[in-house]
Amino acid sequence: MIGRRKKKSTTAELERRPPADLPPRPPAREVTRFGHGSRVPGWDDAVDLTKDPAEIPDPAATPVPAELRNEIEAHMANYPDFHSAAIPALAAAQRHHGWCSPEAIEQAACVMRLTPGYLISVASFYDMLETRPVGRNSVYVCTNISCSLCGADELFERLKQETDGDPDINLRSFECLGACDIAPMASVNGIYVGPIAMDEVPKLVEQIRSGVPPLPNKQLHLRKSTDPNAAARALPPTATPDPWSTSYGPPMGDTVTGPPAAIEQPPEGL
Amino acid sequence: MSPTILFDGIDEPGLNTIDVYRRRGGYEMLQRALTTMTPQQVLDELLASGLRGRGGAGFPTGKKVSFIPAAHVDKYLVCNADESEPGTFKDRELMQKSPHMLIEGMVIGAYAAGANRSFIYIRGEYIEQADIIDAALIEAAAAGFLGENILGSGFDLSLVLHRGAGAYICGEETGLLDSLEGKRGNPRLKPPFPANQGLYQGPTLINNVETLATIPHIIRMGGAEYAKIGTESSAGTKLVSVSGNVQRPGNYEVELGTPSREIVYDLAGGPPEGREVKFWFPGGSSSPVLLAEDLDLPYDFDSLAKAGSMLGSGAIIVVDDSVPVVDVALKLAKFYRHESCGKCTPCREGTRWTVSMLERVDNGLATPMDLDIMASVQEQIIGNCLCVLGDAMAMPIGSMVKKFRDEFESHIEQARARNPFLGQGGPREPDPVLLQGAGNA
Repeated sequence: MIGRRKKKSTTAELERRPPADLPPRPPAREVTRFGHGSRVPGWDDAVDLTKDPAEIPDPAATPVPAELRNEIEAHMANYPDFHSAAIPALAAAQRHHGWCSPEAIEQAACVMRLTPGYLISVASFYDMLETRPVGRNSVYVCTNISCSLCGADELFERLKQETDGDPDINLRSFECLGACDIAPMASVNGIYVGPIAMDEVPKLVEQIRSGVPPLPNKQLHLRKSTDPNAAARALPPTATPDPWSTSYGPPMGDTVTGPPAAIEQPPEGL
Repeated sequence: MSPTILFDGIDEPGLNTIDVYRRRGGYEMLQRALTTMTPQQVLDELLASGLRGRGGAGFPTGKKVSFIPAAHVDKYLVCNADESEPGTFKDRELMQKSPHMLIEGMVIGAYAAGANRSFIYIRGEYIEQADIIDAALIEAAAAGFLGENILGSGFDLSLVLHRGAGAYICGEETGLLDSLEGKRGNPRLKPPFPANQGLYQGPTLINNVETLATIPHIIRMGGAEYAKIGTESSAGTKLVSVSGNVQRPGNYEVELGTPSREIVYDLAGGPPEGREVKFWFPGGSSSPVLLAEDLDLPYDFDSLAKAGSMLGSGAIIVVDDSVPVVDVALKLAKFYRHESCGKCTPCREGTRWTVSMLERVDNGLATPMDLDIMASVQEQIIGNCLCVLGDAMAMPIGSMVKKFRDEFESHIEQARARNPFLGQGGPREPDPVLLQGAGNA
């Protein structure tokens, strides 16, 4: 793209060059490299052309946990065509095994009577189906436009520092989680929390590690709608009445004022 | 005061349960439609209402329903709840707070289209919302609003919630159908359109959550009455998700035709103190950007189209003057590069090269000529792919380069001056490290 001519540096040019005490050069972009610098794992593995493609796993030779089998079969029964259950089946296998491991895929393929290759083709397409081992706790940080305008990139960096490569936490930046109103936000094991302030990050990571609900007062389901007309209307008369309006007096222990209620009057004629 | 239809009292506690929903008059319209109206009458109401699809394309809903052939074959209704357009979160709130409204709308919609099987394709990230819908489906089936012979009308409908697994492209209707069939979510060639050959090759009606949730209200008000809300060509109200640099981000229900400034400033509070609106996306990240002076446009389908943008999914993203336009463009391009399914070359390669060129702009390697090349790449993408994912990147990036060319150029100059490895002007040797970073995505 740019000329490859090597030009000898003149003294004047060398002077124009930056001084020696420069900050370290920015590293080249991190690209995962495999054998011989390739970006594709196993590109130079010899292919055995005489080998038959992987077939539908033999039920007799593939033990499948009963729980997983029942779940996948229930999904298959939902659809006119059982292929539709591929994503739910893979998600179930992933829940069971932690990721879409070869074993998980084989078990799902065995129940669905599909080749493992078909399910791998599906699993590799979707972001939430993990094709390599990941941490038990998923933490997705939305870093799309709306969130990054509100500081999501900084949040992601802070979380990265704070979790510090914890193998138990699957921290990743995610593409728009559909919660731009609580930006910057994260989805912690499926629970949306936000907006997360930077000083809450250590607390959040601590909560993730100890398995308690993340930032309980900042979860999405607590958030009221911003639309001015979204507030609940006055309840119709069939609604459960306010307990105080039907009770017979003030809470116990309070001083009672005013005349006694009719029920407390002595009956007439006594 | 604009009318509130979908969001009226949506914050009522327990609205996601069938008891509260029915106390508020829920499922009455289902009863009316199924027991007193014919499918044709329901369809006539939809046609009269002028309702246009709320998912992005804005296609008239009644017309779409009428495209479903009347033949006796398996017909399907699919609700597109794969809300993944950046900036959009209206369906999330609707499904979370009022799932029965969606179910009621789906049953009526399926009745009009003659579909007996229906699916909700919800994105995998919406776990809480999917659980809420699952619970609502059980309640609705127990109350006899789903299943066989609904309310004694002889109409059967099964409804299955299908959870996706994280792919933007599955919000595209044919990609969604492939995904629902258990394949990779690659879009299909159109025609045949889903109305003729969709899910399992059967006639399929695909609609957005908000569109379907509006149907019970159209039955209640009557199509003609609904058409009086909004403008002539954009009837009704729209849920608008406002996000980005605003003080009160959130969902607002507005009458179509409301001035955009009212939405951004009066409802969402405008940009933070001391800042100004630099540009805004009127309909999600896929819509060409508009400038601050365009805020006076009425917020409806036609006015925005006339201004060279689109209403899309109704997601306004406001960007204020403290944000460099190149940062937004780069973020956007990287998103589409990641989400391109890779089936069509213009989109797969175009998104990748756009990211590379924007990175060159960002680190000072680019020349103004790169901007021309980038603009031409966008033109090469538009209209040349099976679906509009590539266009969805090309349109906003193209509009940014066009409207902020000066800023792109000064960004290049500043980045070059800032970059100590590039020297200060004059002939220079390319930096191999930076080149490696820029050329290879």
